[in-house]
Amino acid sequence: MSPLLFAVEAGAASPSFPVLPSLIAIPVITALVLLMMPASRADYLKLTALVGSTITGVISVYMLLQFETGDAGLQFVTRADWLPSVGLSWFLAVDGISLFLVVLTGILFPIALLTTEPHHDAKPYYIWIMLLMAGSMGAFVALDLLLFFFFFEVVLVPMYFLIGGWGHEGRVYAAMKFFLYTMAASALMLVGIASVVFLSADATGGPTFDVTELASAQALSDTAALLVFLSFALAFTLKTPAFPLHTWLPDAHTEAPTAGSVILAGVMLKLGTYGFIRFGVYLFPSVVEDLAPIFLTLGVVGIVYGAAVATMQSDLKRLVAYSSVAHMGFIVLGIFALNTQGLQGAVLQMVNHGISTGALFILVGWVYERRHTRQIAALGGLQKAAPLMAGVFTLVMLSSIGLPGLNGFVGEFLILIGTFSAARWYAVVAATGVILAALYLLWAYQRSFHGPAEGDNASMRDLRLSEFLGISPLLFLIVFLGVYPKPVLERIEPAVDELVTHVEANVDGFEEPEPIPVARAGTEELIHEAEKAHEEAKKKEEEKKKAAEEATASEEGADE
Amino acid sequence: MSSILAQDVIAPEIAWSLLAPFAILAIAGVLLVTVTSVYPRLRGGSFPAAFTGTVAAVALATLVPIWERVNGPEGAQLVVANALAVDEYTVFITAVICIAVFFAAMLLDEYLRRENLDGPEWYVLLLMSAAGGILLASAEDLIVTFLGLEILSIAAYVMAALHLRRLDSQEAGFKYFLLGALASAMLLYGIAMVYGATGFTSLRGIAAAASLTNDAGLSPATDSSLMLAGMALIMIGFAFKVSAVPFHAWTPDVYQGSPTPVVAFMASGVKVAGFAGMVRVFWIGFGPYLNDWRPLIAGLAVLTLVLGSLLALAQTNVKRMLAYSSITHAGFILVAVHAGSSASGSLLGGEAFLFYLLAYTLMVAGTFGVVTVVGGRGDGNHDLSDYVGLSRRSPLLAGMMSILLFAQAGVPFTSGFFAKLRVILAAADDESYVLAGVAMLSAVVAAVLYLRIVVSMFLVDPAAATEDADAAEESVDVDVVVAGDGVLAVPTTAMVAVALATAATLVLGLLPNLGGGVLTDAAETLSSLR
Repeated sequence: MSPLLFAVEAGAASPSFPVLPSLIAIPVITALVLLMMPASRADYLKLTALVGSTITGVISVYMLLQFETGDAGLQFVTRADWLPSVGLSWFLAVDGISLFLVVLTGILFPIALLTTEPHHDAKPYYIWIMLLMAGSMGAFVALDLLLFFFFFEVVLVPMYFLIGGWGHEGRVYAAMKFFLYTMAASALMLVGIASVVFLSADATGGPTFDVTELASAQALSDTAALLVFLSFALAFTLKTPAFPLHTWLPDAHTEAPTAGSVILAGVMLKLGTYGFIRFGVYLFPSVVEDLAPIFLTLGVVGIVYGAAVATMQSDLKRLVAYSSVAHMGFIVLGIFALNTQGLQGAVLQMVNHGISTGALFILVGWVYERRHTRQIAALGGLQKAAPLMAGVFTLVMLSSIGLPGLNGFVGEFLILIGTFSAARWYAVVAATGVILAALYLLWAYQRSFHGPAEGDNASMRDLRLSEFLGISPLLFLIVFLGVYPKPVLERIEPAVDELVTHVEANVDGFEEPEPIPVARAGTEELIHEAEKAHEEAKKKEEEKKKAAEEATASEEGADE
Repeated sequence: MSSILAQDVIAPEIAWSLLAPFAILAIAGVLLVTVTSVYPRLRGGSFPAAFTGTVAAVALATLVPIWERVNGPEGAQLVVANALAVDEYTVFITAVICIAVFFAAMLLDEYLRRENLDGPEWYVLLLMSAAGGILLASAEDLIVTFLGLEILSIAAYVMAALHLRRLDSQEAGFKYFLLGALASAMLLYGIAMVYGATGFTSLRGIAAAASLTNDAGLSPATDSSLMLAGMALIMIGFAFKVSAVPFHAWTPDVYQGSPTPVVAFMASGVKVAGFAGMVRVFWIGFGPYLNDWRPLIAGLAVLTLVLGSLLALAQTNVKRMLAYSSITHAGFILVAVHAGSSASGSLLGGEAFLFYLLAYTLMVAGTFGVVTVVGGRGDGNHDLSDYVGLSRRSPLLAGMMSILLFAQAGVPFTSGFFAKLRVILAAADDESYVLAGVAMLSAVVAAVLYLRIVVSMFLVDPAAATEDADAAEESVDVDVVVAGDGVLAVPTTAMVAVALATAATLVLGLLPNLGGGVLTDAAETLSSLR
């Protein structure tokens, strides 16, 4: 590794070692170590991959603990020149928006490795997963526009091989479709990136890909900004995927091996929505404001359409895949509501979706492993043979539906209020998505887990302890984030607030609508807050009184 | 050696020290043919390949002091009666050509033994062709340009046809020769017209003539129809050499038929030299007529990109696929040429052009190295189905091939990405957004062909594929190693060559700023002369 990569500048939180570079470097090093190992010992390979990804995960959690909660700015900033003649640099940082996505990546990869097994060729499988981890981490921490694009593109290669090499029947077709669709959608983004950089070169003093500089310059004319944004939006819409560019997703998800699906849903789809927030809203606030109705519509259509199509699926994995389309619709909705609540909900929901859909894919993978089918019609009564699995499935499913008290609710609720205050009717239609989600998931659950068990269904093996322990961190997060989301929300909020302020400052006549006074989920907290506010108001009044008294006293004194 | 010759034979004002790379290659060619006829036992074996590789390396090494000189206070030099320029640009292109020679020699060694074609002729022609390429890149006079182009091409025609027992090879050589001769004729006719219009054959003379006026206050070059026709013909001549659409038709056939290591050189060295000559002639000589020829370049670029990538989709022969891919690459390079010739004088286009040539040479040399190995005895296994199961037969080779292919597709962290990136940046700086967009979209289409090869290597089940192949193909070559679980024997030299190319591709992708100053200086020379 070049020492340049590790040149650390002092950030808001600057621990003693380069946190962000190591998040990228450790998986790469693990991949290199795996490359050197003999292919015959699958168990050692798995252990190595697990250790490498866990260390990365631990570092990401360490970063979370070191993160300054109230700070809206970038933290853990690392900068090193890469190609100075065009202004390209390794500019890595996190803020409240990317923080939890990094942690999610750090947690989801070890779990995906722990809970699934490749059936052949373990060595390249683990190498690809580790490279995928490095790429995903890189994409979330890159604050250099081009560096983001690098990681955004490079993750295609490992994913392509994972789907194509370890997937199911239609894997080659799905892998090819996935690669080409994504590459095609992001091809014009590179032209967009180049354009925005050179068009802002005068304002930024020479070409630079530094997102913060480009965002504060806002040097593009309206038409140029519109065109460049569209080139970005195409890439992000497809990656998210928002309706109507979602067609690659069911294929890729269904054909991918379980770990691939988990990572695809949990981490890689977030690249699209994260891109919208970081590089869409931040760089082109006025265009985003103009086009918001279009994307709100796409979001709502995605929610209803995804849910409707999911209801019709006969394949359990495909059903979960379409449920992703619906969930990602919610996130798009939250982003383009363009207010603190909506954006906050969107960021939180990205994490929630990663957790619950990731867990769902793991469960579906286990069912497939035991029963060799994903057809809902072929399943039934699994609950009797596998009560523990049924219990876990229920919890995860309810979280995906958005049951209050579990994580999904908090995010969806914030998104819906945010949207409601920005664009009422969209929220109304979107809310039906929650009901539809209950419909398709519960119905699928009922058909596969309830009823009489016949044939192999009656003798299906329940979860092993190791499997349960593997998925339990996700279960814990589902409950924890549902009951007590405050530590997450309070870290997201400052960054999101700042973003909304940035939008307000750069868009004429745009002002964030008065938020509906529900900042946190949970009535107890509300009451608590109201009490606190009341007390504070009281205190202030008392202070005022006191001050007034003192003033009169001193006046009297002066008079004397 | 060279100093003795310099004193005895040739007039002293020729600056041999500056012309060392050209002289070394040309003299080594003559020497090789002499030595091997005196000592016939040196004809076979690895001697000719080792000799050629060493010569290329020595020529490369002499570039260092030359660079120091031309980059220092002395500056760029015009030598041999101002017919040749030795400047940073020449040095850079010479280096790339030497690299191409080095790789071709490494690939030829085992190939010739495999095909029972051992002999020094191949290497002599290779060295001659490379010497011609250097001449072409440094020519400051259209006559010398033509001379260089012919030396470069005629050697390549012969090499294309040199696989004596393969009819394909004869056909390829013949086709290459006929179409190449046509292109040369056009070029020559163009040169005559330009001379007629301006009264000069030297590039700087032509450029200066644009601002000369005669008694009537008219520029001699105002006879613009003659000048325009001349430039157009010269452009067509070069477009043939770099296989730009619509002058590309020979490329797939010739690439398919020619011996694979020769294709490696044709796709890298010959193309680089062609582009180098084209850029020098147009940027320097026709600089004042920028507005006349620049749109032509843009048009050529669009056609080349779109057709090159689309036509590749229909192919199933890997050599033909790679031929179309090299056409698409030519389109990208043309975009760089277009951006670099903008009136703004930005260096980005020139840098992109040079970086692309270097990255492309390494990628294509490595890729054709793999194709050489897979081709097997008889050089005939070039169907996509011959790549099925390569990941099992030789994981290392398949792995390196996929890195090279992904690099050609422009995946990040490879030199191919930075090559494309630089082109796109240059185009955006020049505000040719449409051109940049077309380039990126055709890169996506081109990615299909690379993915298809990767799919064959990694994702297709060999067992299923052999059944299909047996059912479909009636005539199976006896010598062909049928796709299966057997291990593919990879000759060491070829493996080393591919590994070097792959390593360079990755290094340039991770440290794209490596030698950045060299690129900038070389690009600067060109634009400073405009």
